Amino acid sequence: MSLSVQESKHITKKIGRDLSITERQIIAAEWSEHCSYKSSKKHLKILPTTGRNVINEKGYDSGVLDVGDGYVVTVHIESHNHPSAVEPYGGAATGVGGVIRDILSTGTRPIAIFDGLRFGDIENDTHARWLFKNAVSGIADYGNCLGIPTIGGEVEFDECYKNYALVDVAAIGFGKKDKLIKNHANVGDLVVLIGGPTGRDGIGGSQFASDSLESEDRSAIQIPDPFIEKLIIETILEARNEKCINAMKDLGGGGLSCAVSETADSLGIGIELDVDNIHTREAGLSPDEIMISESQERMLIITEKKKLPKLNEICNKFRVSCSLIGYVKNDKMMHVRKGENTFALLPADFVAHAPLLDRKKTIPKYLRHLKKENKNKKLLDYSKTILKLLSSPNIASKHWVFHQYDHEVGIRTVVKPGFDASVLRLDNGKFLSAKIDGNPKHCYLNPRQGAIGCFEEACRNIVCTGANPIGMVDHLQFGNPEDPEIFWTFMEALEGLSDFAKFLRVPCVGGKVSFYNETPSGPIKPTPLIGVLGIIDKPPLVPVPPSNGDYLLIVGKTKDELGGSEYFEYVHKFIGGNCPTVDFKTSKLNMITVLSLIKNNLIKCVHDCSKGGFVIALSELSINGNIGCSIDIEKIPSTKNLSHEKILFSESHSRYLLVVDGKNITRVKQHLSKQKILFGVLGKFSGDQISITHKSNNLVKSNVDVMRKRYFNGLEDLLKHG
Amino acid sequence: MKVGIVVFPGSNCDRDIFHVLTDVFDLEAEYFWHEKHLPSKIDAVILPGGFSYGDRLRAGVIAAHSPIISDVKSMAKKGVPVLGICNGFQILVESGLLPGVLLKNTTMNFMCKWINLIVQNNNTPFTNKLKLGQKISIPIANGEGRYFADNKTLKELQEKNQIVFTYEESLNGSSLNIAGVCNESGNVVGMMPHPERAVESEINPTDNKPSSLIFESLLKTAGIEK
Repeated sequence: MSLSVQESKHITKKIGRDLSITERQIIAAEWSEHCSYKSSKKHLKILPTTGRNVINEKGYDSGVLDVGDGYVVTVHIESHNHPSAVEPYGGAATGVGGVIRDILSTGTRPIAIFDGLRFGDIENDTHARWLFKNAVSGIADYGNCLGIPTIGGEVEFDECYKNYALVDVAAIGFGKKDKLIKNHANVGDLVVLIGGPTGRDGIGGSQFASDSLESEDRSAIQIPDPFIEKLIIETILEARNEKCINAMKDLGGGGLSCAVSETADSLGIGIELDVDNIHTREAGLSPDEIMISESQERMLIITEKKKLPKLNEICNKFRVSCSLIGYVKNDKMMHVRKGENTFALLPADFVAHAPLLDRKKTIPKYLRHLKKENKNKKLLDYSKTILKLLSSPNIASKHWVFHQYDHEVGIRTVVKPGFDASVLRLDNGKFLSAKIDGNPKHCYLNPRQGAIGCFEEACRNIVCTGANPIGMVDHLQFGNPEDPEIFWTFMEALEGLSDFAKFLRVPCVGGKVSFYNETPSGPIKPTPLIGVLGIIDKPPLVPVPPSNGDYLLIVGKTKDELGGSEYFEYVHKFIGGNCPTVDFKTSKLNMITVLSLIKNNLIKCVHDCSKGGFVIALSELSINGNIGCSIDIEKIPSTKNLSHEKILFSESHSRYLLVVDGKNITRVKQHLSKQKILFGVLGKFSGDQISITHKSNNLVKSNVDVMRKRYFNGLEDLLKHG
Repeated sequence: MKVGIVVFPGSNCDRDIFHVLTDVFDLEAEYFWHEKHLPSKIDAVILPGGFSYGDRLRAGVIAAHSPIISDVKSMAKKGVPVLGICNGFQILVESGLLPGVLLKNTTMNFMCKWINLIVQNNNTPFTNKLKLGQKISIPIANGEGRYFADNKTLKELQEKNQIVFTYEESLNGSSLNIAGVCNESGNVVGMMPHPERAVESEINPTDNKPSSLIFESLLKTAGIEK
């Protein structure tokens, strides 16, 4: 059990008596870092959470955005890291399940899944490869069975995730505003538990996730059953239509302890329940096991007495188990009985609010020891380096992953996975663009700028589809917060995100903090993951591949920012240098300008420059259109005297590649000049080679067909043969 | 014309097919829960894709024993057009309405991608507006989509013109690259790809017309020309 000495003293003082074992288990589960956010809660307030489109209701586990015409979009993000590091298939699958139920608990239908996956060096580490393959299978088997398309995400490999896994899942829901569940309860209402049986899986999972991963505590791992989840989705949506639901909460971390205490607290009610009425997987479960089990696919519902028969009828139709476990009282207490015997009787608000902590922070020593760039490092052949990068696991095509996910079901997917952001069509004729982005390599060098960069990259990606950002979700993943150096990196990232969110006026509508992401070999690099949603009123820019005679333009400035780049880390095995930074004003101006070009139908395709730098973004365009491109490197706007390798591989933000048809080139140039945007007309698409020249010297000469093979086979070959 | 959409626990393309039938092709459609009966006024039946019973035991095998299947069988016998898509195809095969079985893909993975089909039989209620040899760009999404039958059955399928669609290229290890088959009388058709995902240009990155002809064929069969 994870209660600290201070916490135990605090409890005895407040409650005025010794606690029963069940009570201690309940509080320990709810006060775990995972459930209580006790290290972060004080600070999360700095994030802007309100805005024109944001709908706030009591007890929501996901963010709600008004998208007009009586419709809402819901969004949430979570991770399932510890379980996935031990049992990747089940850990990743139940990670999907949990987020889906958060979306469902607002009364909206889940319509899309995104996942961000991070593992160790899969080229050399077969354990990392095993983790990765099984996590992908877990997500595929779960999401596909639910009939919810997995339409995007990202995959990254880094030595810092050795023997570990980051499995982040974001989900999006869609529904009618007037059908949102407005959580409320009246005295005498009934408390019902529906879904899978409660068993001994996931016991103490939230506490397991609130400590560094040292032992493989398999009893803390949850078991997935997507079929039950699918039935729950249909049951809940039908029950919602029949107005059978007053309030609803998903059972996730902390199981019943968390769901009951948080529901009672947020609604200002008391809940009395009898554990004997809960349907279980096996006989002989103790009350505390029942209260902290994290068995999956369960929902807590508060319903009126007169609605119970209807609710039962719907559950029967879908063969979903439904137990009447208790009722609503007005004493604001959480009362757990087993028959006539009381096992826990605690004030709900006391359980739901762990004492918050003030963590210390100091600048990490490692930052002072980061290496300066070695000016004398060996210059490599650029053409060969580009091929090496294109086939590297972080850059190579991820089709091996997303072809295992049903990304078409639901018939909403307009822009499919494999491009910058994915786009879904909505029932009101509008389009929703979404993307998640992280970059631990940048965040390690500079947690503040790295985090802002992830946020900006996600924005850039949805801008490429013609969408305006309307909301963001953040998932902040760090090591042990008790370590002041790690806490400093958390605070830096959080403050950076908050600053940029305020500047862009993009509210944070949801998120999660995950600490203790470490193994005996050390903490992970700071890994904030940012999801951004955007809305497009007219059809989105569906990327049209470049063709013969099209112009290539770049918007934005390339700077001396090779730190944390794939070029430094993958090619030169070098960690250090200048991390890319975001200039807020330029960032916004570039976004607005690109959006207005798209709006005026002046561009065929926009691609963001990110991992691998300019030259990789250009290669991706060429590979996509199966056409070469000839450009003069001097036309790329960049910091004065910037070396060729930096121009080619630096991962500076706020840059976009535009593909423009000859007939529009004059108007595009005029528009960009008028906005006083830094841009360059780099050259034209033609032939079968990418050729980059400086004066009359060839810097790069590479055959697109060869590049394509390397790009498409890089990751797949690695996974097919081992 | 009224089309019945059979819904099993775990079906997940039912709403997609409903949208296509009603909003795109202006047909009347109604859902039928697997424990209900199909009324005789139904003019065609579609078994949609999904994971009926979570694909437990084997895809489609439990759903093939649902009460509604006996109604589907008697309607099939009467000559009512029946189409099984993806999991619907697996259910038709498991219930004996169509020959063969569907096994795990030889890639051992779930496969979701756009592929090309070739029309082999344009004499069914779902293909009569297509041309023989016509190419259809369409998405697949399945883990158990590899059609298998013994050599004797395959020979019969060929002789009786029961192969409706084949894949343009070898994809998942299917016998003779089969993607869809029909019964002897041709009114029951099963196919692994998802035509409902390909008929609207908004979500179809290629040409949506050939896939639309699958539904327009049904309209023609019912005497409603579009």
